[in-house]
Amino acid sequence: MTWTLNLRAVVVILLLLALVLLPVYVELTGSRFLLTLFTRIVILALAAVSLNLILGYGGMMSFGHAAYLGIGGYSVGILAFEGVTSGFVQWPVALLVSALFALVIGALSLRTRGVYFIMITLAFAQMAYYIVAGLARYGGDDGLTIEKRSQFFPPLNLSNKMQFYYLCLALLFASIYLVWRIVNSRFGLAVQGARSNDTRMRAIGFPTYRYKLTCFVIAGTLCGLSGTLLANHTDFVSPAMMYWTRSGDLIIMVVLGGMGSTFGPLFGAVALLVLEEVLSGITEYWQIILGPLLLLVVLFARGGIDGLLGKVRQKVHHD
Amino acid sequence: MTLFIEQCLNGLQFGLLLFLLAAGLTLVFGIMDLVNLAHGSLYMLGAYFAATFAAWTGSFVLGAVLALAATLLVGMAVEVIAMRRLYGRDHLDHVLATFGLILFFDELVRLIWGAGGMSLPLPSWLNTSVRILPGVDYSAYKLSIIVVSLAVAAFLYVLVMRTRLGMLIRAGASNREMIGALGVNIKLLFTLVFGLGAALAGLAGLMQAPILTVQIGMGENILILAFVITVIGGIGSIRGAFVAAILVGFIDTLGRAYFTDLLRLAFTKETAATAAPALSSMLIYLLMAIVLVIRPEGLFPASSK
Amino acid sequence: MTDLLRVESLAKRFGGIVATDDLNFRIPEGELHAVIGPNGAGKTTLIAQLSGQLRPDSGRIYFAGDDITAIPMHARSTLGLARSFQITSLFLDLSVLDNVALAVQARAGHSFHFWRNARREPELRDPARAALARVGLKERADLPASALSHGEHRQLELAMALASKPRMLLLDEPMAGLGPEESARMVATLRELKKELTILLVEHDMEAVFALADRITVLVYGRMIASGRPEDIRSNAQVRDAYLGEQEAVHG
Repeated sequence: MTWTLNLRAVVVILLLLALVLLPVYVELTGSRFLLTLFTRIVILALAAVSLNLILGYGGMMSFGHAAYLGIGGYSVGILAFEGVTSGFVQWPVALLVSALFALVIGALSLRTRGVYFIMITLAFAQMAYYIVAGLARYGGDDGLTIEKRSQFFPPLNLSNKMQFYYLCLALLFASIYLVWRIVNSRFGLAVQGARSNDTRMRAIGFPTYRYKLTCFVIAGTLCGLSGTLLANHTDFVSPAMMYWTRSGDLIIMVVLGGMGSTFGPLFGAVALLVLEEVLSGITEYWQIILGPLLLLVVLFARGGIDGLLGKVRQKVHHD
Repeated sequence: MTLFIEQCLNGLQFGLLLFLLAAGLTLVFGIMDLVNLAHGSLYMLGAYFAATFAAWTGSFVLGAVLALAATLLVGMAVEVIAMRRLYGRDHLDHVLATFGLILFFDELVRLIWGAGGMSLPLPSWLNTSVRILPGVDYSAYKLSIIVVSLAVAAFLYVLVMRTRLGMLIRAGASNREMIGALGVNIKLLFTLVFGLGAALAGLAGLMQAPILTVQIGMGENILILAFVITVIGGIGSIRGAFVAAILVGFIDTLGRAYFTDLLRLAFTKETAATAAPALSSMLIYLLMAIVLVIRPEGLFPASSK
Repeated sequence: MTDLLRVESLAKRFGGIVATDDLNFRIPEGELHAVIGPNGAGKTTLIAQLSGQLRPDSGRIYFAGDDITAIPMHARSTLGLARSFQITSLFLDLSVLDNVALAVQARAGHSFHFWRNARREPELRDPARAALARVGLKERADLPASALSHGEHRQLELAMALASKPRMLLLDEPMAGLGPEESARMVATLRELKKELTILLVEHDMEAVFALADRITVLVYGRMIASGRPEDIRSNAQVRDAYLGEQEAVHG
């Protein structure tokens, strides 16, 4: 009897299991640091999933995606500062503001193509950065501390690190599933078609602008959600969350993990952040390896981790 | 009034510095169709090299010349080792690969020079003021930046308009395939153009070093401005880069100088102080957004296709 | 017979170059109308204007009696005017079936459906398979489009144009780069299609043109120098000099 061993599937299953069981491991070993690290990984993986939607599937290279982390985060931060700590108010506001921002930026940016699109999304993100850095009341450049995390109904308590982790993980899994359904739907195929050949799509009758814009808004909103989680995780927000190099980090995650694949963003987030932890333990100059690594991936392993895993299919004979 | 003249000169000086940076970027983009995010790293290296060589040789000018040569060499090396493999690829690949180079260079600099940044002190003969108009004194050094930059701009003009190399550059900017068909040694041309761009970036970096900063990450901050200028001016167009750079230089400098006062009319002193730099920075992006929406090919597009 | 396509005083310049020069012609429903002319005659520019990719500088285009001059590209397809491309323009990273299914989806209302797996929708997949069968690509349906040969790409182009159930097809050099066998197959396919569709065919392959066309228009430097039945065109001295002569020299 022969089965085909699909390495990618194996890795995915093991990874998901590991993520679900992590808090158990942490309870047993008392390694609180691991829980903090992986909460951050999960939150940024969610941001990467949202970017993968427009970048990997939609072919829209936005260099301003980190802006939504900031918008989501600051929505929570500003409301908390003004005394509104209920998550039921903060989070919908964060999502709404992210969506509106994405709508405006997308509407203007999507009139351009290629490198112009990259530059204009970058410009808008920088504008957001400067606006936020200029808000003296909310800390400006120094950022804003969040005294109290988003409040929901008990027993849900975001200050409980384990509960918070599972909430983030659940939202991550939900997002991965949601994006998976979206990209395989009519809408998703329209967006993928636009990525593959926009002119042809319009020639056969698709008004591609509206689909790309919708995709852009969905991605921005999802990233805003990631921002609210990040704000709660660090109990702090600052304009640095939105600086364009943070958008670069997200892009690295998506590319490293494998653009346009279901679990690519998760692979990328785990790989990048774990690599960061491990390598910075060895040498403080670890980024010197990351740079050329990225270059090599672009030149030789365009499919990223997901692509590499997919190449390994072993026929296993079993008697 | 004297303050206004001084600010205008500052705007001009900053604009010219930006022009040097943007010229290299737009050349490389226009001719090799290469989006080079690591252009800012060359700018940073120019500054670091200058600080180091000036300290070794004890001479500011000698240090500057050596730094220029070093940056040129590094630029050409990068072109041969990494950039060559990127030609013809998707712009996305360029952005990703050169972003990787930024990370690499930032860490390399940290490794070699440490995280603290450096300073490049001015020699006494430059560290004075010059009376340019009755009652108006201006920094001699900043004046020399203006002079040097204008000289380089003139040199570029002559190079691009009057020499054979320049002709190839202009031809390449508007139709890349053609120059290959003309039997020109493309590889050499590209290496030279990239090297020229690197040298310009390095020059900008070393010139601003005594007055602004020499630190890791300085490239990233100014890179965006250079890109904005490239887009506003028109990709591949040096003339466009010149006009856009001066424009941006003025807007940014005058904005920073007078926005605070403007805002203070309507808001509290504290709000104005934090909001002003932020808003004046925004002005430039707003300008770019407007140009992109109304005239996406830029003010002086070089490409005819 | 009513005119399905009518072009009046169409003109287009690119800087100093006149691509379309005061063009007038009409195509009745059911006709296969060929447009021939030397390179640079403005044939692709004409198709680009008819399909909406380019805006003419002046003149009007009427389709089924309606003025479509200002209507954008994606809307013309909805009206029943479909085009194929001279340079293969497909969704190379998607499967052959996906390519055609997208053309079907374009005509199946809006695409703001976010949940159902579109690759399992019979309303999209079945007509796509049918179109592929008509051009002879049924077996290649699940391959990535990039895996197909050049000739198969031209067939796929045609399948996609068919999938949108058009009333009229604008075909831009469908025979380009095809060998003799593939050309013959394409001609046979087009002959079948002729029975149900109106076709505007831009082509260099004279054998195919004379085998298929009901009427032929000859374009030189964007201007029509002759238009009529194949026999008349073949014997037209002006056309001979301008075009057919050099063609015969090339084809032997």
